Amino acid sequence: MKNYSDTFAIEVEDLTVAYRDQPVLWDVDLNVPAGVLMAIVGPNGAGKTTLIKVILGLVRAAAGRVSIYGQSYSDQRRLVGYVPQRGSVDWDFPTSVLDVVMMGRYGALGWIRRPGSRERRSALEALDKVGMRDLAHRQISQLSGGQQQRVFLARALVQDAQIYFMDEPFQGVDATTERAIVALLQELRAEGKTLVVVHHDLQTVVDYFDSVTLLNVRRIASGPVNEVFTETNLRLTYGGRIAFLNRTEDQPAETQNIPHVIKPAKVENDATGIGERSNP
Amino acid sequence: MMLLELGKDLILDYTLRTVALGSATLGVVSGALGCYAVLRKQSLLGDAISHAALPGVALAFLFTQSKAPLVLVCGAAIAGWVATLFVIGIVNNTRIKEDSALGLVLSVFFSVGLVLLTVIQKMPTAKQSGLDTFLFGQAAALLERDVVTMASLGGMTLMIMLFFWKEFKLLCFDSAFGASLGFPMAVLDVLLITLLVIAIVLGLQTVGVVLMSAMVVAPAAAARQWTDRLGGMVVLSAFFGAIAGVGGAVISSSAVRIPTGPTIVLSISAIVVFSIAFAPNRGLVWNWVRSQRERKKLQIEVVLNDLYTLASQHADLQHSHSTAVLLAMSANRGNVRHSLRELVSLGWVENVNTDEWALTSEGVIKARYIAERQE
Repeated sequence: MKNYSDTFAIEVEDLTVAYRDQPVLWDVDLNVPAGVLMAIVGPNGAGKTTLIKVILGLVRAAAGRVSIYGQSYSDQRRLVGYVPQRGSVDWDFPTSVLDVVMMGRYGALGWIRRPGSRERRSALEALDKVGMRDLAHRQISQLSGGQQQRVFLARALVQDAQIYFMDEPFQGVDATTERAIVALLQELRAEGKTLVVVHHDLQTVVDYFDSVTLLNVRRIASGPVNEVFTETNLRLTYGGRIAFLNRTEDQPAETQNIPHVIKPAKVENDATGIGERSNP
Repeated sequence: MMLLELGKDLILDYTLRTVALGSATLGVVSGALGCYAVLRKQSLLGDAISHAALPGVALAFLFTQSKAPLVLVCGAAIAGWVATLFVIGIVNNTRIKEDSALGLVLSVFFSVGLVLLTVIQKMPTAKQSGLDTFLFGQAAALLERDVVTMASLGGMTLMIMLFFWKEFKLLCFDSAFGASLGFPMAVLDVLLITLLVIAIVLGLQTVGVVLMSAMVVAPAAAARQWTDRLGGMVVLSAFFGAIAGVGGAVISSSAVRIPTGPTIVLSISAIVVFSIAFAPNRGLVWNWVRSQRERKKLQIEVVLNDLYTLASQHADLQHSHSTAVLLAMSANRGNVRHSLRELVSLGWVENVNTDEWALTSEGVIKARYIAERQE
């Protein structure tokens, strides 16, 4: 396989996107090195989903450039896998789990050609990886939220990509599925894949990811979690609407384990102000 | 006997055979392509296209002075297409939502069509008569060459649908994902709508512009009740469309002066009502039976659980208790007596005295299992 390590996996330069007059993304620069597991974090309406969609060519940018391993997306799309938001499709569509997973091979198949036994086999393998093989022939409307998410992940797996974009894969799934998905993401990273994941739960960023991009229309910060995921940056991203647990009093032991990182407890709707820093 | 007669007529009688073949063709094509409209929640688009086709028919006649079906169908198709473009344009460039845009385009085009039709009726030539059959349809006017035209156009449409099966499925299920794979979803969207326009204008002469949208929506809605696969749905929907087409055409041509549109639509409506009521899994009757069964099972479990709770306060788990106690425990709700009879017939409870009930050994095991499951 080609050695991609000398260029960034994803490069975004001066990207601006607007719906009517409203900027959704403003002058965003982003370099994602190969082999990272990166969270994109930011408040609602920060443009997280839009950023992914622009990179994938689904939304047109007003200005800016996007490249995948130094080339345009349309030349590199075979290297890219995509997991859309689970809620973006109609789960009452008359089709089976296996059928949906095989859609991940449609790009490689190209026009007209139908999926055959090879596609079937790789779809079953992917279902095995997400623990859904037994449900391969089930109608998709009979799946739980977590199972729907696993189907989408399996579909991305059969794309056999180098870079994966995932839009809120943890949205509304149970704890078991969440653990399974995290394990899968980390396994993919261990295989050298690059993963960019839109994520909502600030509490788990430190545990799940090694890199993070903080986004609120503008890119606030991007880099390794222990450098970037700081109180100052979070406050810049969420506009001071974050309450922190005072960990020096509550859980001193845990704080010692992660000396550089603040774990935000929760994001609140009203401005409750900022709590004390965990390790002064 | 009557059926035998009918069968003989369908084969031997030229008019009836032509009418039946034509109606079956339109049913198959609109049934198959209607599935996509229904699955993409674009049912109303079919309505807009068919109503919008009327000015196309009228203009085609005014310009060419010809009533050849191919000419009129072309006019209808162009008008239907233009209407679709208007809808898309309105949605993209204004704040008007899709449903309102569809309503607007439908009514404006249809009114223009009605005005033009009235103008044509008042023209002094004799050629214009019969154009108003496009309103409600007249299958009896079909000629063999019309049917040949319909079948070849329809066949072509279905071939294209099968050719791009995988791509259209992607478009209907997850268009954003399809776009990320590199398929030009906008092009596929236009292609699919074009096929739908062809399917609709093929049926206009037979069913009429007013009711044609029913032949797009109804067969697909009925078929969805019976199957969970896209392939099965398309085949079944085409089949339902064909049956309704032939049935309606036969009824219309055997009775005097009933337009074909309403009879075909009534036929497909019967299929829809039957499907919504009786289809397994999704049907109303099936749902009702299932919920009753669940309710009964729940009631039985409650009584079994009560008996178990009572008995566990005694050394003997098969200690008996009276109906009155059980009634009191479930606050006189939930059909306790009936549940007890059910439990006896299952062999989990036995009737000790006339009014005393005790768990059997099997009942104790069951009750324990239920209690554990609840924890």
